[in-house]
Amino acid sequence: MRAFSYERATSPGAAATAAASTANAKFIAGGTNLLDLMKLEIETPAHLIDVNDLALDRIEQTADGGLRIGALVRNTDLAADARVRRDYGVLSRALLAGASGQLRNKATTAGNLLQRTRCPYFYDTDLPCNKRKPGSGCAAIGGFSRQLAVVGASEACIATHPSDMAVAMRALDAVVETVRPDGATRSIPIADLHRLPGDSPEIETVLQPGELITAVALPKPVGGKQAYRKVRDRASYAFALVSVAAIVQPDGTGRVALGGVAHKPWRLEAAEAKLPDGAKAVTARLFADAKPTKDNAYKLQLAERTLAAVLREARA
Amino acid sequence: MRFEHPATFNPIDQLKVIGHPTSRIEGPLKTTGTAPYAYERHDVVTNQAYGYVVGSAIGKGRIATINLEAANAAPGVLAIVTAENAGKLGKGERNAAPLLGGPEIAHYHQAVAVVVAGTFEQARAAAQLVRIDYVKGDGKFDLAAAIDAAGTPTPSFGGPADTAVGDFAVSFAAAPVQLDATYTTPDQGHAMMEPHASIAAWDDGKLTVWTSNQMIAWGAEDMAKTLGIPKENVRLVSPYIGGGFGGKLFLRADVLLAALGARAAGRPVKVTLQRPLMFNNTTHRPATIQRIRIGAERDGRITAIGHESWSGNVKDGEPEMAVSQTRLLYAGANRMTATRLAALDLPEGNAMRAPGEASGMMALEIAIDELADKLGIDPVVLRISNDTQVDPEHPERHFSQRQLVQCLSDGAARFGWDKRDPKPGQIRDGRWLVGMGVAAAFRNNLVTKSAARVRLDQQGTVTVETDMTDIGTGSYTIIAQTAAEMMGVPLERVVVRLGDSDFPVSCGSGGQWGGNNSTAGVYAACVKLRESIAQKLGFNSEEAEFADGVVRSGNRSAPLAQAAGQGDLVAEDAIEYGDLAKTYQQSTFGAHFVEVGVDADTAEIRVRRMLAVCAAGRILNPKAARSQVIGAMTMGVGAALMEYLVVDKRHGLFITHDLAAYEVPVHADIPHQDVIFLDETDPMSSPMKAKGVAELGICGVAAAVANAVHNATGVRVRDYPITLDKLLAGMPEPV
Repeated sequence: MRAFSYERATSPGAAATAAASTANAKFIAGGTNLLDLMKLEIETPAHLIDVNDLALDRIEQTADGGLRIGALVRNTDLAADARVRRDYGVLSRALLAGASGQLRNKATTAGNLLQRTRCPYFYDTDLPCNKRKPGSGCAAIGGFSRQLAVVGASEACIATHPSDMAVAMRALDAVVETVRPDGATRSIPIADLHRLPGDSPEIETVLQPGELITAVALPKPVGGKQAYRKVRDRASYAFALVSVAAIVQPDGTGRVALGGVAHKPWRLEAAEAKLPDGAKAVTARLFADAKPTKDNAYKLQLAERTLAAVLREARA
Repeated sequence: MRFEHPATFNPIDQLKVIGHPTSRIEGPLKTTGTAPYAYERHDVVTNQAYGYVVGSAIGKGRIATINLEAANAAPGVLAIVTAENAGKLGKGERNAAPLLGGPEIAHYHQAVAVVVAGTFEQARAAAQLVRIDYVKGDGKFDLAAAIDAAGTPTPSFGGPADTAVGDFAVSFAAAPVQLDATYTTPDQGHAMMEPHASIAAWDDGKLTVWTSNQMIAWGAEDMAKTLGIPKENVRLVSPYIGGGFGGKLFLRADVLLAALGARAAGRPVKVTLQRPLMFNNTTHRPATIQRIRIGAERDGRITAIGHESWSGNVKDGEPEMAVSQTRLLYAGANRMTATRLAALDLPEGNAMRAPGEASGMMALEIAIDELADKLGIDPVVLRISNDTQVDPEHPERHFSQRQLVQCLSDGAARFGWDKRDPKPGQIRDGRWLVGMGVAAAFRNNLVTKSAARVRLDQQGTVTVETDMTDIGTGSYTIIAQTAAEMMGVPLERVVVRLGDSDFPVSCGSGGQWGGNNSTAGVYAACVKLRESIAQKLGFNSEEAEFADGVVRSGNRSAPLAQAAGQGDLVAEDAIEYGDLAKTYQQSTFGAHFVEVGVDADTAEIRVRRMLAVCAAGRILNPKAARSQVIGAMTMGVGAALMEYLVVDKRHGLFITHDLAAYEVPVHADIPHQDVIFLDETDPMSSPMKAKGVAELGICGVAAAVANAVHNATGVRVRDYPITLDKLLAGMPEPV
């Protein structure tokens, strides 16, 4: 870990300003991912801006009947919120499928969205990784890729985004609210927050330097049967091989987002239109451009079978 | 004390303390966080500095240059030790690759430097500033590709490279039912909770190391040899150990680097191996490729059994003896085994819980299940009908005790085996396909010299000192039980001090030999102490009875403590063994029964029930023994379903080298576990009539899981771990 300077921000605007005006600064909230990465010198911020005092830890009703989740709401609290459990079951279930109780107590909503890939080659600083060291190559391609992306990947990177929460939020059409160093705020549909790796896998989101997530807004409840199914080798405390977030309406329409298959939560509205035709039709469209490796080709079949199970249960 | 004849009645047979489920005497220290582990010995020596290990970034090759300039200039740095400035180093008797690499690199994450600084954070930050240029060499990292060039290893601890009885080839070819299948087991890591850790301090040429090590005498000896100093100048202290599983049998880099760092910095230094380094820096259970051929009559009688195994290792490393159990487990007139060793440049393969047998049983016990399928015979029945009460290679040699049949039949009854449908894929419980599997458990009992010192003081307290270790197994407690039984005092009057090379040399902890041998050593010392107590009190030691803190003979009695009235009485002795282990085959047996559910859609495998029935001699402490067996069963589930050091064959390393990527079971993976110990005493093993049990518990578990998965789904997986991707193609179509 490199030495760093540290400050506690007093307002979201001040935090953003400080981040933009200090070289190589990072925000820190729960720190469950960042500190691990700093110990390995995968992240080497010169300055940390602690945002834990920013009073962004409330869940409020919005004017249009949705919920605004403060950036600092802990995963445990979000999963347990009565309104979330009642109206956004897919989100509560996704949260509880993630990490461990201890980590969820600490991890925040914004931090969860911004956590970095768990690709083992990203974590071994002796090996090439374009995400960690741009231009060094991707050791995962041709290496151990059983956990890695099957779709939306590039020649530069086949990492997956590890979040469960983000997959549910994608299915819910959440909107990420931010403040920028100049004080301006903006709303980013979660579909647009995470980038595909392309030639620059080190740039993972559309956030600008210093831009701070302040909240995630959920639109008014969409009803339907909501499910989150996470498939993994061990029963807990493992990242998804494949996960399915689904919202199924009584008329057979609905929404589907997949985790564990791409650099971001994977949802295609065109694929959802096939829901009445069954799981195979949906995943065929979701994976139309898939380029799996030998190690992870099983994910295509697994996702289809998992979605089929989710749909069967939703319709039962 | 020499143990040359079968044990007869002795004070242990009173079973006043021995044989009772007894909570660990050091348990409260552990549950309150006050048992001091090596890295936390802040109290033992002042002015401790911190060392941080730099591991090689290549799998094979050499260091061209090391630039320490930036690291040396970093805040707080006191010293940096590399092979260049470490001075001449030897190599421990039990190490294959050198613990400090350079300029030649033997394997990935081989230690190449230790950076010593005033704080851990300073050492860690400076370690990142060590600049090393490597020249990559051509390494061999692919076992499957290397086996054609594999050689015949010299006979080792695990037995000869080739064995043959009768004519295997002819009888196999003639057998009406044949099985010929190849199985693979992956490299596995110990992944114990406490990483290797040491604090080293020099005082006038003498070295003291507070460490975490299973075998104190081996460690001290190899430390002295590596440093080129007299053995008397090395003291190792290791009273508490947070798990080892064989990963701490030997001197490892933490000890050496702490000692070298302390010498260079001129003050005590503590070093722990950082977790991501452990899987490639230390030893592991090597991968195997195993071919098993079994020929049988249609009634199930095995006529030919052959088992070949290939594994790889670094130079001076040994093969994984995965065929050992096949020589002894089942009858059959015609037999062969072969062990071959390929040269690989991966980290050193070595012992991990039940080395040899655990890997071998993973394959053999699937093979038996497959044979049962072919024969249309129940796999429990098939095993029972091929039982042998003699060593099949030497029929004149009997097993000292062998209750495999009892384990299988008791287990089948308790588990409800009769409810198993032999036809796979028939039982459904909601979304789960349910199946049952069975496997035999088998592990040899090893006897080896073990010494102890026992002291009686005037308060009547008995203190035992031995360099035996407690790696989480319960050694403290069974040793205290032994001394209490022998001296006729309650458990509270016994103090046990372990893990110090100043104490008499014990068997140490490994190969499930610790429990029986270390307590037998304490028994021997107690016999001696009883003699001197009797003498002191004027009793005939043959007739004296020790009970309730009193020594009695006829109608005379005296308080035990009285014997130490004029000063402590001390006795030291060792148990040493004659030929009983040669005359009789001493082994432990068991049967594992497992029920799994396999998700019909996703093929996720979850274990639903487990039962182990064990016959392993006298169970000294059923509570501790049960803990050992359920822990081993858990490890077996890991081996079956998830544990996998994935080799990156291009870069030459285990890429799954942290606890996120190397998955071991979590609580949610482990269901209710039942353990039954059959009533057994084995007078051939020692005066304790006990045998090992901790490694028996893992042998066969993974195969029982594999067989249950097959019974649930009809899919036979021969390559561990059994992960869902290997099942998907064979799963039923989604409804």
